[in-house]
Amino acid sequence: MEALVNQLFAGLSLGSVLLLAALGLALTFGQMGVINMAHGEFIMAGAYTAYVVQGAISDAGVSLFVSIPLGFLVGGLMGVALEATLLRRMYHRPLDTLLVTWGVALILQQLARDIFGAPNVEVRAPGWLSGSVDLGVTQVPSARLFILALSIAAVVGLGVVLRTTPLGRRIRGVVQNRDLAETVGISTRSTDRLTFFIGSGLAGVAGVALTLLGSTGPTLGTNYIVDAFLVVVAGGIGQIKGSVIAAFALGVLQAAFEYSTTASIAKVLVFVVIVVFLQIRPQGIFSVRTRSLV
Amino acid sequence: MSAIPARLKGNTGVLLGFVVGALALLVLAPAVLSDFRLSLLGRFVCYAIVAVGIGLAWGRGGMLTLGQGVFFGLGAYVMAMHMKLDDAGPGGVPDFMQLYGSGEVPGWWEPFRSPVVTLVSVIAIPALVALVLGTAIFRRRVRGAYFAILSQALAAAFAILLIGQQATIGGTNGLNGFRSFFGFNLFDPVNKRMLFYLAAVTLLVVLLIVWQLYRSRYGELLVAVRDQEERVRFLGYDPATVKTVAYVLAAAMAGVAGALFVPIVGIISPANVGVVPSIAFLIGVAIGGRTTLFGPALGAIAVAWAQTTFSESFPSFWTYFQGALFVFVVAFLPGGLASVGGLLRRRKAIEPAPVVAKEGAPA
Repeated sequence: MEALVNQLFAGLSLGSVLLLAALGLALTFGQMGVINMAHGEFIMAGAYTAYVVQGAISDAGVSLFVSIPLGFLVGGLMGVALEATLLRRMYHRPLDTLLVTWGVALILQQLARDIFGAPNVEVRAPGWLSGSVDLGVTQVPSARLFILALSIAAVVGLGVVLRTTPLGRRIRGVVQNRDLAETVGISTRSTDRLTFFIGSGLAGVAGVALTLLGSTGPTLGTNYIVDAFLVVVAGGIGQIKGSVIAAFALGVLQAAFEYSTTASIAKVLVFVVIVVFLQIRPQGIFSVRTRSLV
Repeated sequence: MSAIPARLKGNTGVLLGFVVGALALLVLAPAVLSDFRLSLLGRFVCYAIVAVGIGLAWGRGGMLTLGQGVFFGLGAYVMAMHMKLDDAGPGGVPDFMQLYGSGEVPGWWEPFRSPVVTLVSVIAIPALVALVLGTAIFRRRVRGAYFAILSQALAAAFAILLIGQQATIGGTNGLNGFRSFFGFNLFDPVNKRMLFYLAAVTLLVVLLIVWQLYRSRYGELLVAVRDQEERVRFLGYDPATVKTVAYVLAAAMAGVAGALFVPIVGIISPANVGVVPSIAFLIGVAIGGRTTLFGPALGAIAVAWAQTTFSESFPSFWTYFQGALFVFVVAFLPGGLASVGGLLRRRKAIEPAPVVAKEGAPA
């Protein structure tokens, strides 16, 4: 029983990390079809933001709560800068955005290496997050519980924004039918930019959260970007709930495979499961239904 | 009358390209380059073979394959396993297995003792993996970004799988320390030169195959699928088959390149096959011109040459430069350097065009 709960929690925890990393992608990839490989570097930027903030504010608890909104801002502004300079020229060539943003990712990684040095840096977790919490059946690390809560908060927050605010209504309109949205007077240009801000900002938050789990290095983002994209692909484009289900499903699967085999075999098995799953549902778990062929 | 000379003219250009390429690779390079430089060029030629395959799949077929490192790696590891077993002698155990493993050769290594099995597998295993994966993906009409991301995930999974297998496939260290290649001593400079010739001839043969493909009905069909997949389907063709063929061919080329890479460079490790090297294969193709015949190979050689030149003296500069190349070429010059001439010509041609249109327009 205890082993089962432990595995389940490990899976949920991994899923919540994946979800945080993939949530912003689901938004930018889903709405604009832009494949932003630099999303991983926005995560890294968020993590380094936490590092810098801790340099200024020594109290780990305060610095964490300052870092989260600041990480959002840093990631978001980087995203807007990328969108405004490069990506807006390339909406008609979505595949090529992948390569362009990969180039941006390379540059950002090297920048991080030149600014902060190649060795990893540590961000101290606040005292109340370094222990573990007793759940009755088993004990779980409180940092992981915090990230689980943070990812749920991010999903709920994003859901509220998408469902209730005028901006959310515009975003949903553009996702469902870009041309029609434009026809009824929605500025898809500014909607795109704001979406990119929110999506990249979420990457920054993910970066701050990741500092609680391990050290921060220039290649932090690269380790998550592939998995994050797999979550979006398996979840289906244009709907957040697909990504939520996919992230937790992949997390639990990965943990279960790891339990029965090794970490490396588990990765391969998860990949096979996704390919097989796409045989059954090529559009992912959920998709916006359209009658178009392409 | 006018059509035939035009076709001939087109062909003479390509034939001239082949002659120049053959002269440069087989006569000029061995004459002027030192053994060390020639061996470096041999490595670049291996990358160029992969690039030709990517040009076929991506440039002509529209499949952005970010996982060519997997097929490169499969070919390379097959060859490396054979060479390891060959070095160990009949019934012998490769050195790293005695160090990290159980001291016994795993059963799935055994077939690669045979040179024939190895040579067939170098092409067949990557092709088979691509066939299974391509059929699965393209039949279900998974395409575009979805395909790109899946191919990238494949590269990630493959590298992680290799890293995890320290005892049977060398883990992070990979396979290295080869002494002979099908009985030829690898320390002999003459044999190293022969390896270069082998790689160069392979590149030329691969280019010939691709050239004939581009000229064939299949080549036309592939481009049609890239540009309007649904329309091709409505015309009664099966786009999945068309795409799978190109994908399998590209995989086979990458496999051959990997197999040549191992004796020339002397090592294959997960660092050569993962996400980063797989995507790095693309930059040369993009620069040279992804839809052209010679562009991908030339671009790959040029980028690899620039990388070895610059990254030794300015490692940090090279990474910025590589990133900037990706951004600049793909965003502003999607046709690659091959399109520069065309762009200049078109700009000249466009300027008088509006005047003509105005004159010709009905009042």
